[in-house]
Amino acid sequence: MITDPGLFLNAVVAGILLGGFYAAVALGLSIAFGQLDIVNIAHPAFIIIGSYFAYYFGAHYGFDPVFTGILMTPFFFVLGMVVYRIYYVSFERTGQESLSGLAFFFGLMFIIEVVLIMIYGVDYRLVPASYIGMNWKIGLVDFPLRMAVPFVVSMVMTISLYLFLSRTFIGRAILAVSQDRQALQLMGANPIRIKQIAFGLALATASIAGALLIIIGPVEPSINREYIGRVFAIVVLGGMGSITGTVLAAFILGIAESFVSTFAGPSWAPAVAFGILLVTLAVRPSGILGRAS
Amino acid sequence: MKGWGFWIFVALALAAGFVFTRVSNNEYYFFASYIVLQSLIMATAWNILGGFTGYVNFGSAGFFAVGAYTTIALQKYLRSLGFDAPLPVFIVAAAAIGGLIGLGAGYLTLRLRGVYFAIATLALAIVAQTFISNWDYVGAAKGAYILTPDPPPLFSSYVKYLFMTMLVLGLLALAISRYITQSKFGRGLAAVRDDEVAAECMGVPTLRLKLISATVMGALMGVAGAPYPFFVTFVDPLSAFQLNIAVNSIAMPMIGGTAFWYGPLVGALLLGTAQEVISVTISSEINVLLVGVVLVSFVILAPKGLVGLFSDLWRRGKRDG
Repeated sequence: MITDPGLFLNAVVAGILLGGFYAAVALGLSIAFGQLDIVNIAHPAFIIIGSYFAYYFGAHYGFDPVFTGILMTPFFFVLGMVVYRIYYVSFERTGQESLSGLAFFFGLMFIIEVVLIMIYGVDYRLVPASYIGMNWKIGLVDFPLRMAVPFVVSMVMTISLYLFLSRTFIGRAILAVSQDRQALQLMGANPIRIKQIAFGLALATASIAGALLIIIGPVEPSINREYIGRVFAIVVLGGMGSITGTVLAAFILGIAESFVSTFAGPSWAPAVAFGILLVTLAVRPSGILGRAS
Repeated sequence: MKGWGFWIFVALALAAGFVFTRVSNNEYYFFASYIVLQSLIMATAWNILGGFTGYVNFGSAGFFAVGAYTTIALQKYLRSLGFDAPLPVFIVAAAAIGGLIGLGAGYLTLRLRGVYFAIATLALAIVAQTFISNWDYVGAAKGAYILTPDPPPLFSSYVKYLFMTMLVLGLLALAISRYITQSKFGRGLAAVRDDEVAAECMGVPTLRLKLISATVMGALMGVAGAPYPFFVTFVDPLSAFQLNIAVNSIAMPMIGGTAFWYGPLVGALLLGTAQEVISVTISSEINVLLVGVVLVSFVILAPKGLVGLFSDLWRRGKRDG
């Protein structure tokens, strides 16, 4: 069946669309983990919060999910600054990141999940949007809009972020803070302040990623766990914090998952990310674009 | 608790547990105590790697489930050959498989920074869950029923026997953990936690020590999972791989104090009992939320746990007085 050209081509296209969406999901972690060295395992949980905002505003006011996603970015930005402040004061300043910091985010993830379950239950929620059921067909290949719209939004967000990081003062300061804190301080920037802004930015991407997630399919609180493996696999495979690497790794994962779902069955798909992650850690922990250490 | 004190404690706990099975006939107490003891073993096992070396295992539920599924697969296999193995056989098998997985995961990632080990264990749990959800022999995603055998002599019901088994295993886990902290091996682990590079330079074989503790951790978690199928009689991947188990295994040592072998004991007794009480009196969701909130509060406000907090207060009290 792998010889069927239609099936094969569709698997490739579906994988690229999925990978584009995964880039949006992993971007925030790429900044937090790759650049700032903050192991935010709660990132997918914050994304689910974004999905529920999209659900709430969609169900009550008829807002488009992408619009809600953009609307809520300031809220997530401030939330990120607050979370970083707590993280910095409690763990980073005292050198407790490795054990207590990890446990902190783990607990946070758990709290978010349980609070969402207490408010909305474990039922799947979805958003109404006219394009969700639509499908373009070009030749043999399907372009379902529920996948294509997230792909486009994600690419726009990724490119904007890339330009922001490479062209603006704050963006460059964020890239610098992971390389040399002291040099940054000498240039007149406060590294803590910069990290706080960067973490705010990382969470702001979760607002949009969450909206995209609920466009792709219905969402319930505990699906964040499936994404933990995916985002970490992407960030590690992409070489920790490089945006180009993150996008490339997201496409690799998207295509790999699409092939496994098509040819082995969807129930095997969750293992793909973790398989990639374990192999990367064992063979080349610096990622595809990272320098070998 | 030094020297004989610990062994007197063990003897008293065993005697009390046995008397309890003779005098009480309220099954609920045995169910509740079983859960607390299961958490105690998981927390103690987690602490042997996480607390003593600083390498965080997020995949505790995976090791636990591997233990539970070892029992299911092995029992089914032995029954197809016409054997009925007693519980200790499954416990030993689960210890071996859990230990091997701990060693394997450690071998792949313990040379890297701690965070990679943390993520790899999370990954391992999901890979194991996907594998078991697709493995028809143990019921795949639908789950599997297991027949509870007759209780052995001296015990009037099987849950009492399970309770006593868990008590023995819990005390064994504590004894192992205590032995580790008090031996040269434990001092090596503490050196790894405080400054791994310095330890390596001083000639501490850090990788070997970490691998041994990862193996012991995996084995003990497998042990904690092995009797679980007999306890619930029906196991499916969702119940075996609960996030609850992973969170509890981290929260309990954190609350008690990760640097001490009795930290997980304090945490498991307090949090485990509180959870049982709350899920009966209020609701099980509040109970789950409580664990998260308690975990976050403790890591922010009392990173050394209750034992650390009290020993600091005690020291300050002595100095001032």
